[in-house]
Amino acid sequence: MKLDATSNAASFAPPSERYDVAVVGAGTAGCAEALAAARRGARVLLADENPLAAGLIGLDVPLRYGGRATSAVQTPARMVERIAAATPLLAEAFDAGIDVRLGTCVWGAWLPAPASRALPGRLLGLADETGSWLAGFDELVVAAGARDLAIGFAGAELPGVVGACGFASLLQRYGAFAGRVLTVIGGGALAADCVALARANGLRVAAVVDLAAAPSAALAAVEDMRMLSGHVPLRAVGGADGVSALVAADVAGGEPKTIACDTVVLAVGVVPMVEIPAVLGCRMTFDAGRGGHVPVLSADGRSSLDMVRVVGDAAGVACDQDMLAWMQALHATGGAEVPACLCEEVSRGDLLGVRPPRYLGAGPAPQPPVDPGGAPNPDHIKRLTRAGMGVCQGRRCREQVAALLALDSGRPAGAIPLASYRMPLRPLPLHLLAPAEEPEGMQENWRIWFDIPSMFTDHRDIPVGDEA
Amino acid sequence: MAVPGGDVVVIGGGATGLSAAWWLAREGLRVVVLERGLVGWEASGRNGGGCTHPFSPLFREEQRLWPQMDDLLGHPTEWRPNRIVMADTESELAEMEADCRAAARDGFHAEMLTPQQLHELVPIAGPDKAGGAFWHFGGHANPQRTVQAYAWAIQALGGRIVQHTDVTGFELSGGRVTAVVSAAGTFGCDAVVVAAGPQTGVLAGWLGVHLPVTPARAEIIVTEPLPLMAHGGINSTELYGRQTLRGNLVYGGGPHEWLPPADLGRDRPTTPLVRNLAKRLARMFPGAAHARVLRHWAGVIENTPDGRPVIERLPEPDNAVVATMSSVGFGLSPATGHAICDLVLRGRCDFADLRSLRLARFANLPADWRERRGWVPPDGTGTA
Ligand SMILES: Cc1cc2nc3c(=O)[nH]c(=O)nc-3n(C[C@H](O)[C@H](O)[C@H](O)COP(=O)(O)OP(=O)(O)OC[C@H]3O[C@@H](n4cnc5c(N)ncnc54)[C@H](O)[C@@H]3O)c2cc1C
Repeated sequence: MKLDATSNAASFAPPSERYDVAVVGAGTAGCAEALAAARRGARVLLADENPLAAGLIGLDVPLRYGGRATSAVQTPARMVERIAAATPLLAEAFDAGIDVRLGTCVWGAWLPAPASRALPGRLLGLADETGSWLAGFDELVVAAGARDLAIGFAGAELPGVVGACGFASLLQRYGAFAGRVLTVIGGGALAADCVALARANGLRVAAVVDLAAAPSAALAAVEDMRMLSGHVPLRAVGGADGVSALVAADVAGGEPKTIACDTVVLAVGVVPMVEIPAVLGCRMTFDAGRGGHVPVLSADGRSSLDMVRVVGDAAGVACDQDMLAWMQALHATGGAEVPACLCEEVSRGDLLGVRPPRYLGAGPAPQPPVDPGGAPNPDHIKRLTRAGMGVCQGRRCREQVAALLALDSGRPAGAIPLASYRMPLRPLPLHLLAPAEEPEGMQENWRIWFDIPSMFTDHRDIPVGDEA
Repeated sequence: MAVPGGDVVVIGGGATGLSAAWWLAREGLRVVVLERGLVGWEASGRNGGGCTHPFSPLFREEQRLWPQMDDLLGHPTEWRPNRIVMADTESELAEMEADCRAAARDGFHAEMLTPQQLHELVPIAGPDKAGGAFWHFGGHANPQRTVQAYAWAIQALGGRIVQHTDVTGFELSGGRVTAVVSAAGTFGCDAVVVAAGPQTGVLAGWLGVHLPVTPARAEIIVTEPLPLMAHGGINSTELYGRQTLRGNLVYGGGPHEWLPPADLGRDRPTTPLVRNLAKRLARMFPGAAHARVLRHWAGVIENTPDGRPVIERLPEPDNAVVATMSSVGFGLSPATGHAICDLVLRGRCDFADLRSLRLARFANLPADWRERRGWVPPDGTGTA
């Protein structure tokens, strides 16, 4: 039998690189996994996207850097040395013969499946600043860490609104943090860690804004810092240089407070980076105490797909804050005009009213999408409002959108399905994704649509015969 | 024959089924749409949005209806008129001239573009294209917005849409379908419309009818927003797609994967083809080569052996209409729904000649038609 030459049967050549074990993320967990695999004699890839291309940092991908990186991040080569020096396990990994790739992101992962049979095995999509390529693997270890849980308030799009992970990354990994005076948002261990980290690096923490009525012991013990308990951010104010002050709302209705600062650190929570397990189809579960949607794992980190393990923060991060309570207070104090999605400028009101985007002109009266009785589906709402469709790929709004939909429909956070992740998992330029070479025949057999000539025959030229 | 006030069950909440239900609801019938997932979750919400099908008997109606759809449905579809096609070579240009002449047969106007004119209309295309054509007809719309608009319009007319509901069978009596059996219970009906996309063949089989159709998976990519061009509907000879009104480029084309005809469930995997699509989009629009790709998805498409739709009121059971669009169903959907409505109500379509879409053309189709065409999964496994 001859296969349709215009189908994808011959679209994928076996990749030139192949690994027994591919580890995504060269943090402590990833390095340990890679070293253990190398000791077993495996051929190992250890890929980490840091140092990132400055363009991604500017887009808040994958962390919320909030425009507070110094120009040092524009010389990634120097950053490589810094990262290598700061991560002793990396040197060990090099010595162990592991293929260590810094500045290399994993933007795709594919497994052969009943509806995808042309792949020459299990594949990863990799990219650095010079190009993209595919690599084969037998086992995948996702040690991608966590990203920022963004919360919204007026002015949150200003430079200077950073996430706890973005802040720590710029400060520790890159030594390239541009802020000086901070306000930290949050009341749990994460907020206390951010305060401690800032102070240890000689930065001033002007205030902590915390929803809880009273501070945790750790925060209460910090001297020389304003503690605004029972408050949530109301509005960041500032100009082209970014934030100059944060106005905090008293959830009990008292006067708003203004804190002068150049940076607001969002430290309510972090989110496990589950995008790779999610696109691969690993079974997921919702656990608010571990950062939301996390893969279902066995004791040794094995996911529902045998060849995929998830370790470290990507598997779940302890969370002591109630995201829904925060979102409720932010919504009650900030109102419906506050952006839910920064890239696409979708307000909370637009989102909950399922309003078409503003560039379509005065839209019709808002209506909920059809699904009486069902939980609101963020994918569905996304398609109609565009919330989450922007260039940060939803990283700055995903959790807020889900929380707003949960609150609005009176459901627990876990009742809202996880919005689909889609590849490429990093927003990469067309020219970078483009392969230098293609399998033989691809160009020749490339068609704009199916190669069925009679599909495009003018119906008047088609004999309809006796039955006419 | 169904009459106003009668009950019609439409199976499939894609563009075809939704449009049919909307037309039927406008005629005063009580419609219920049964959809196993969410409306427009399959091809109808995942396609390129092209609304330009000059070869189809439903072309005139497609062209007549689209400019009115926002008003008729009461919600924006993001429809925009006209289409630009770009050529890299002289022979491609010659083919485009032939297309222009074909359009003229239907009274539609198209003109050739010089490289300079093309460059002015499509600045990101770069200066070195051979030329192109501008179609003063056709257009494109936002599939997701359109399917939702159909759904809202149906509800506004009192129709019901039941999602997350798999149809599992029919109840037949006296040569008619009397009820549709589903996960959400049994729905009695005076007429039924089967518009289940690639599954239409399976459901037709339950009615004792052989309807050859087979699924294939195709992929599409989306970039970040770019400055808006005057006309967003631009094809090359390699890629089809559009610039959305937000500015994103949404483009597809190239190899598809034939799937086994048996239902493979809801998995719609993508592949590294995103890179080959990116390569061609950068080549098509050199001025946009820096644009970031934000998303990539796959959709499952229905195809009949000759690539043309089947739209037919069955002789038996005679209150059933089956419709599968063979991969050009989004743009035609306003017209398809109209045709299906006519078939349900009157047993014939007066505004278009649907004879070329009849099922009888496949009467002598060999059983191994998929294998003969090589329309089988890439691992060459049989299609059973
Ligand atoms: C990438 C891509 C690009 C395309 N580009 C274009 C384009 O530019 N222009 C164009 O006109 N067309 C295009 N198409 C084709 C077009 O999308 C389809 O022809 C069209 O959407 C078919 O619509 P439909 O309603 O007939 O089928 P579908 O959209 O497949 O809908 C059928 C529905 O039936 C439901 N269903 C199936 N079985 C059952 C059951 N047992 N019970 C209940 N429900 C069931 C399914 O869940 C589905 O929602 C493209 C398709 C793809 C995937």
